[in-house]
Amino acid sequence: MKKNDKATPIVELKNFKKYYDVGGHRKLHAVDNINASIFAGTTLGVVGESGCGKTTLGRAMLKLIKPTSGEIIFEGVDISELTPKKMQPYRQSMQIIFQDPYSSLNPRKTIYESIASPLIVNKIFKNSKDVENRVHEMMKMVGLAERLVNSYPHELDGGRRQRVCIARALVLKPKFIVCDEPVSALDVSIQAQILNLLMDLQDEMGLTYMFITHDLSVVKHISDEILVMYLGQCVEKAPSSELFKNPLHPYTKALLSAIPIADISSRNRKIQVVRGELTSPIDPEKGCRFAPRCKYSQAGCLGKEIPLIEVEPNHYLACPYWEQAIDN
Amino acid sequence: MKDELLKIEKLEVIYKTSEETVQAVNGIDIVLNKGETLGLVGETGAGKTTTALSIMRLLPERTGKVLSGNVTFEGENIFELSDEDMRMKIRGERIAMIFQDPMTALNPVMTVGDQISEAIYYHSEKTNAAGIAARVDKVLELVGISPSRKNEYPHQFSGGMKQRVVIAIALACEPVLLIADEPTTALDVTIQAQVLEMMGELRDRLGTAMIMITHDLGVVAQICDKVAVMYAGEIIESGNMEDIFVSKEHHPYTEGLFGAIPDLASEAKRLSPITGLMPDPSRLPQGCNFQERCSHCMEICTKKNPETYVNGTHKISCFLFKNKEDRGDGDEKK
Repeated sequence: MKKNDKATPIVELKNFKKYYDVGGHRKLHAVDNINASIFAGTTLGVVGESGCGKTTLGRAMLKLIKPTSGEIIFEGVDISELTPKKMQPYRQSMQIIFQDPYSSLNPRKTIYESIASPLIVNKIFKNSKDVENRVHEMMKMVGLAERLVNSYPHELDGGRRQRVCIARALVLKPKFIVCDEPVSALDVSIQAQILNLLMDLQDEMGLTYMFITHDLSVVKHISDEILVMYLGQCVEKAPSSELFKNPLHPYTKALLSAIPIADISSRNRKIQVVRGELTSPIDPEKGCRFAPRCKYSQAGCLGKEIPLIEVEPNHYLACPYWEQAIDN
Repeated sequence: MKDELLKIEKLEVIYKTSEETVQAVNGIDIVLNKGETLGLVGETGAGKTTTALSIMRLLPERTGKVLSGNVTFEGENIFELSDEDMRMKIRGERIAMIFQDPMTALNPVMTVGDQISEAIYYHSEKTNAAGIAARVDKVLELVGISPSRKNEYPHQFSGGMKQRVVIAIALACEPVLLIADEPTTALDVTIQAQVLEMMGELRDRLGTAMIMITHDLGVVAQICDKVAVMYAGEIIESGNMEDIFVSKEHHPYTEGLFGAIPDLASEAKRLSPITGLMPDPSRLPQGCNFQERCSHCMEICTKKNPETYVNGTHKISCFLFKNKEDRGDGDEKK
């Protein structure tokens, strides 16, 4: 665990909600009442299945999506109600790396143009020589050979493209970066290279990450704290090492158990296969949204809101019957 | 169980365009017995899918070419069959394939029931409409979908359910060989666990042989009987489960693959990736294809193609092991 020198978090979400209208007075609850704070220089991992609202949460952190209600506090200022113009100074200190390096780069721009465009848009430098120097500096930092500077994205493989995206996100020297599944489109060997690069850059530049992924094994290495999401709600939140040692929510346990392990001695271990699929996020019933798939579910799971409670120091959980789930 | 079902010998496949020649598969040998599951592991571009497409004879017509080698399936040479025989007797009937992305593998304007019955209609003799409908219901039940959903369209199914439909189509004619090309890569972990569990059960029940193409050694560990690791169009290591997952001897690339997997049990913060990238398949180096990324690279590796070192069922193509044999350092030969 890294020590945070400041007591105030760099980004904070308070009672954040994002509902989408789907017609007929129905609402899709994409993100429901999430509270999170990320301290400078640390990483918050957000884990969940597709459709659980993790990308919506990531985009909302950067105010790319306007929240339905709740606050986004960036360095002490609530940015949720700011106009686009007033947002501009904050935009430079927050960036995003997208999932698919194949579609997040403009195919008609060279690598140089892609990395330089944030500098030009924000008018950081007066003369082009400085821009050029910064682009070369960034390329070196993320491990891209200088000869690639005039290449187009189609000439690069996935790993290199993702490095370009990282360079582009870092070129303005931001403080906070949302990484939305940055490695899920890459091969395992390349995935490890990119994860190491992200960790090195964090140490070097003191970056703060929000790392979104569906793969718990990826998030383990990079996160300080992990937030497990299910259908828009946070079901468990704990420091990374604690969550892996002592997962409490039935959903977290199922997620962990579903990861295929590259070891044949584990072949006959009992996998807690979660039956069924995500239920609809449109006007969900009150109560635990995982209950229909949970093997420990009982009458009390539905009908009332399940609060997130601190069951152990820093370990938050939204499951009132967790002690029974352990006994089984 | 020891009946030979599929035998690939010295298969070489290239993709040729006016600009370059891509050496996709460079002389691979695979033997698969009835009822066995082979895991074909490797990175993007290693030639896994090309191998599968060659077995099915589905290589792109203009660019893909089989240079040499044979694929023998149930005693018949696949490359000598007529197109008609291939289409009516082998593909879809004896060998079926599951593609990676269930979202694009299904026809969006046909109900899933119709898509399954299409396969049965073309491959079963003299079946009337009622017979086909009964088969569709049976096969849907087999993959865990309620037959009442057969009149729904693909968009009404979730990703995991769509993959089940794709598997149902593949199993509709009860093939003896099922080629699954990254069947769970596009799915969430929880759904992946469901689909893998189901595929394992179906294999045990129907006795289908499988080739499981994947880049995830975890998936291989769960479902396969043998493993072949591909790199730049070659099988660089192969063996049964113990050879790959228990034995301490590995090709440096296989070791790298294991090292790159984020380990849930370890406390280490950093991962140990394989440095560098796979060589451009249109410009393969002389000698071993892995030389540029290998930390054990010797002079001989840059000159000659690696020889294959055999220890029982375990085969490794690497000079490291050749040398050990010469030095009499033979503790690996138990």
